[in-house]
Amino acid sequence: MERTKMTKMVVTIALAVGLTAGGVARADKWSEKYPIKKDIPGPASYEATSQKDYKGRTLNILTHAIPVMGEPTALHAKQFEELTGAKVKVVHVPFGDLFQKAMIPFQTGQAAYDVMFYASLWIGDFNAYLAPVPQKYVDMPQMQEVTRNYKDVATWEGKMIQFPVDGDRHYLKYRSDVINNPELRAKYKEKTGKELRVPQTWKEYDEIGRFFNDWDWDGDGEKNYGSAEVVARDNLMFSAIISRVAPYAKHPDVKGGFFFDLDTMEPLVNTPGWVEGVKDFVAAQDYMPPGGNNFGLGDEIFSFGGGQTLFSYSWDDAFVQAMEPKSRIRNLVGAAPLPGAHKVWNRKTGKWDNFDKPNYAPYICWGWTSAVAKASKNKDMAFDYLAFFANQANHPSDLLVGRFGVNPFRTTDFDPKFYIKEAGWAPDVAKTYCATLSGMDKSRNRVFDLRVPGVNQYMSSLATGVSKALAKQLTPQKAMDEVAVEWKAITKRLGVDRVRKAYANVVALEDNLK
Amino acid sequence: MLESRYKYLFLLPGLFTLLAIIIFPLVFTFRLSFSSWDVVAPALDFIGFDNYVRVFHDMRFWESLATLGTVVLSVVSIEYIIGFGLALTLWQDIEKSRFFRVLFIIPMMSTPVIISVVWRTMFHESLGPINDLLAMLNLPTVPWLSKPTSALIAVMIVDVWQWTSFVFILLLAGLLSLPHEPYEAAAMDGANHFQTFWHVTFPMMAPISIGILIIRIIEASKIMETVYVLTSGGPGTSTETSAYYIFIRSLREFQIGYSSAMSIIYLLMMIVALTLIARGLTRVLVGKGG
Repeated sequence: MERTKMTKMVVTIALAVGLTAGGVARADKWSEKYPIKKDIPGPASYEATSQKDYKGRTLNILTHAIPVMGEPTALHAKQFEELTGAKVKVVHVPFGDLFQKAMIPFQTGQAAYDVMFYASLWIGDFNAYLAPVPQKYVDMPQMQEVTRNYKDVATWEGKMIQFPVDGDRHYLKYRSDVINNPELRAKYKEKTGKELRVPQTWKEYDEIGRFFNDWDWDGDGEKNYGSAEVVARDNLMFSAIISRVAPYAKHPDVKGGFFFDLDTMEPLVNTPGWVEGVKDFVAAQDYMPPGGNNFGLGDEIFSFGGGQTLFSYSWDDAFVQAMEPKSRIRNLVGAAPLPGAHKVWNRKTGKWDNFDKPNYAPYICWGWTSAVAKASKNKDMAFDYLAFFANQANHPSDLLVGRFGVNPFRTTDFDPKFYIKEAGWAPDVAKTYCATLSGMDKSRNRVFDLRVPGVNQYMSSLATGVSKALAKQLTPQKAMDEVAVEWKAITKRLGVDRVRKAYANVVALEDNLK
Repeated sequence: MLESRYKYLFLLPGLFTLLAIIIFPLVFTFRLSFSSWDVVAPALDFIGFDNYVRVFHDMRFWESLATLGTVVLSVVSIEYIIGFGLALTLWQDIEKSRFFRVLFIIPMMSTPVIISVVWRTMFHESLGPINDLLAMLNLPTVPWLSKPTSALIAVMIVDVWQWTSFVFILLLAGLLSLPHEPYEAAAMDGANHFQTFWHVTFPMMAPISIGILIIRIIEASKIMETVYVLTSGGPGTSTETSAYYIFIRSLREFQIGYSSAMSIIYLLMMIVALTLIARGLTRVLVGKGG
């Protein structure tokens, strides 16, 4: 009897220890083989995907160069191959070549790629060549977690035609160790008579940026600067200027267009609201690091992420870089909404309207998205791959790898506990990050990209005009007048009705009509 | 008769290759230049000379051509002068000349994009080594890539660094092939080094110099990667060259018809310009030699 009891106890303890040890090491059989915490049951889970048989079939994928988006594409392609028996060919190309690599097969009627990863603002050019996401994928639990902004980004004329795999936006990043430093706050107050705080407006951003420019405020023996921004002409600068312009030109009570007046299709880029943003951008060159007015996205990431500047604004990357485990400014940064403006141009009255509380206009900036080609003969496999890519097990793991470029876009991504527990972020950092990102979904004054045919022509023209203002080749007003003339010519060339029809979709999102 | 047929048969592979890789793309580009092929209309329609008229009104195209002219004229002149100097130096029996010859041609063998990335890092105004060095020497730092003039100079520096070796190696080959007799005659006449160079070496090098200069002008006119990586054509449009501008309009903006018209105009202008330059150089250099 005693012996039996003893045996039972030993077996129980052994089982408990075994189970606990197993539980600590890995949650299930899939997490033993793949870099996930555990498989989450669902129609695109590891378990469900492994039940599919795509032996003898080939999936062709076009994606960005490694690592940003290219690396997770390849990783999940390999996993998909192993689970389903399919052969998956992944073609990586630099960002500058991505548009034409997708567009040429589209235009020539070839099914060169089944799946494409690309910039979501190209939806205006690509929509006619993309297969709508079938309802069964739209109804998947993982898709129910996608926030309003990113469902909107994926949708064209009421149909989801892009498969959400990433969430992007522009927001403000700042050095919290400076903004919250009592000595520096006192110093700022003494010199300017104002409180040092996270800037609420672009004018305040300018004042603080200038104050903290060209001196060593973090005591590392190197000079620091006010702001790192994406300024290089053909290196995504057009998005930076939209962020700068948005609060001056996106009036919450004036509907019908931010880039154009939807009724007349007259460009608004040379109206005072836009020009004010460009003036700020030109002035900001005074408090950028040396050479900062030639910074591309990579420079901006390493400048702010490396601790060189007080402020930065653009996509998540600079923040992620700052929060890398070996970063010397890890947990010394904060996130906040893009600065606003106290005056907003009202194009209906032709006057500035003054706001006591700053006007904010979050820029739901383009980012990575994916889609399946209408001409693809493997749509079933293609959508299964995308659903697997973004399933509830892969997505949180991808979020934690900064270089993947996968950013939050699901309700479940905005829980500070996730970043505190899984990424080791300080609670304050995680809270400001989640609050800032999730707050943009609640805005009723959002700005989206110009998702119309020929968007690259419009944005290239915009960047060239702003660049001329930055280089002082032209005044901001003259530069933007030149852009407006070119925009009119582009619209005329592409067809006013065609552009208006597409732009109406953007306006509907911005005016909260959908 | 049969031999004659065989002759044509053997020519066919070469002719076919020529047709496929030179004639067809050229003819197709010419055809595209009369179409409205754009991002929204992938059509080989016929819109007459609309694209050509648009090019003539496109100030950015002409500005990019002017920028290109400045870059080409400057870099080819500098490369020729430095290349000739290096070739003359290594023409003499100096120690380890073989090592130096190999060393000098390394830049030419490197990939332009990689070289441009390296130079971009070197020109980085706050983190790059060039400004660090200038600061250590108590010299003012230079806004290499953020001011129009210095950005253009930076683009030229990279091109000169990379392609001087090409000029050098061909000039050195030319120098090594020169006959000894004229030098013996010059020595007997009591000519000093400068006189020997000016009245013997330089005139004898004229034909090869013309060839090198023409090749370099053609190659330098295609400058694209350096601009792309270093400045993206900025600040403003100050470093935008024709090839870069055509690239932006064609592959970034997908204005295929319009960029084809620009390419054709650019090609015609280059043919005319190079013919005139070759004739001018021949008159100046060979005429002088004669």
